Amino acid sequence: MKKIFPILAILTAGLLSYALYEALIVAPTEQTMGDVQRIFYYHVPSAWTAFLLFTINFVASIVYLIRRNSRADAVAVVTAEVGVVFCTVVLVTGPLWARPVWGIWWTWDVRLTSTLVLWLIYVSYIMLRRFSTSGQTPVLAAALAVFGALDVPLVYFSIWYFRTQHPQPVIGGGGSIDPRMLHVLLINWLAFSCFAFLICWSRYRLERLQRDVEEMQSLESLLEPRSVR
Amino acid sequence: MSLLSNITAATLAKDIRLEWRSKDAINSMLFFALLVVVVFSFSFDPLAEESRQIAGGLIWVSFLFAAVVALNQTWAREIRNQVLDAYRVSPAPANSLFLAKALGNFIFVAILEALMTPLFVMFYKLRPLGPAWQLIPIAALGTWALVVNGTFFAAMSLRTRAREIMLPLLLFPISIPALLAMVRSTTAILTGEESAKFWIVLLLAYDVVFTTGCLLLFETVLQAE
Amino acid sequence: MSYLYAAYAATWIIHIVYLASVVRRYGRLKKEMDDLKGK
Repeated sequence: MKKIFPILAILTAGLLSYALYEALIVAPTEQTMGDVQRIFYYHVPSAWTAFLLFTINFVASIVYLIRRNSRADAVAVVTAEVGVVFCTVVLVTGPLWARPVWGIWWTWDVRLTSTLVLWLIYVSYIMLRRFSTSGQTPVLAAALAVFGALDVPLVYFSIWYFRTQHPQPVIGGGGSIDPRMLHVLLINWLAFSCFAFLICWSRYRLERLQRDVEEMQSLESLLEPRSVR
Repeated sequence: MSLLSNITAATLAKDIRLEWRSKDAINSMLFFALLVVVVFSFSFDPLAEESRQIAGGLIWVSFLFAAVVALNQTWAREIRNQVLDAYRVSPAPANSLFLAKALGNFIFVAILEALMTPLFVMFYKLRPLGPAWQLIPIAALGTWALVVNGTFFAAMSLRTRAREIMLPLLLFPISIPALLAMVRSTTAILTGEESAKFWIVLLLAYDVVFTTGCLLLFETVLQAE
Repeated sequence: MSYLYAAYAATWIIHIVYLASVVRRYGRLKKEMDDLKGK
């Protein structure tokens, strides 16, 4: 299993470099926005990846609530963290795209705002995990993840309606996309998905090691001779 | 079903009685609510037309703060007297405890809102241009939205470091759709410029979804906490 | 155009910072594990 990792890492690095080349050089320049539009090739795949990771988190949380399987909990932690990382990328690249195009840093664009709320929900999830001193933190966190997932459609609808009442510029634009741009978009999505997989794998190994260490520490303290106290 | 409602009613009555006798929380909440209204009034001193645009947001933000202060002490009495352990081993359904707490908080926050509203109307010279009766369902649904999730998250935060800050950290992000609905609908009614119907329906949907979620998961959280 | 490069750079900086923190924590835990095993 461990042998595969370096090979996949090199392949992914190659794929990411190729995707970068496609995004910066090969993709045609957009008519109205110019080269700045190329941020799209990083912004959108990051968003899709974050949503995928959060979906996995939701599934893992449900599995954990039903089965109390510690691997499911580990997957939940990992996907939440890595999801927040990708979500952060979306929230940083979004304004960097909006500023030169519309002159404003932020817009209450449906997708960007929904992503912000999603980011907030998952950061609160991570904070619960960090701050909770209960032995049953995984259960509480799983409950929060379920709540977060239930919230997502409500978030989207409320902001969508809010936006139709107060129209704002739409990042990413609607309408059809040039097939050459779609091609570059999909390559970048593939590259970032592989990258996300590798990060999750690494983080998962870290999580397993953490749990092993904690287990050994508690065994240690159990086996310590009483006189030490 | 009747067991649930009997225990809920009994627990709720107990809480109200305890609160009425000590008047701990209610006095501090009242004063806090008054302070919030006054401080906000110093920050914003708008003309009548402008005040209608922003009052909706201001009112709900202050209600939100008052609700958080109320919610933080939801379980305080239970923790002090190890009541939760007793609940865990009793055959009483966990949901009756949850409903009693949530209803208690709802009544509490509703009283606070009822007291703060005239102050706001006075300070901001508010006169709703839209159908004012709609403010009642908005207030009820909105308050329930905050209280139902708040009671649940207060239970989740019981064993965390920095417990008091954990509750708003968990509550605010999840409540964003409800908060948006509360603010926009109140503003719609005050300005009379648009219909609040969509927001009221959204609040109703939010309340249904999360009340169900809380009822389904509270037992798990109570056992886990 | 600097916005384009800033966006791409920001993306990679965010990822690298996170990966670095994972690697660092892994190193520290590995050391702790070795210490525990050594005892």
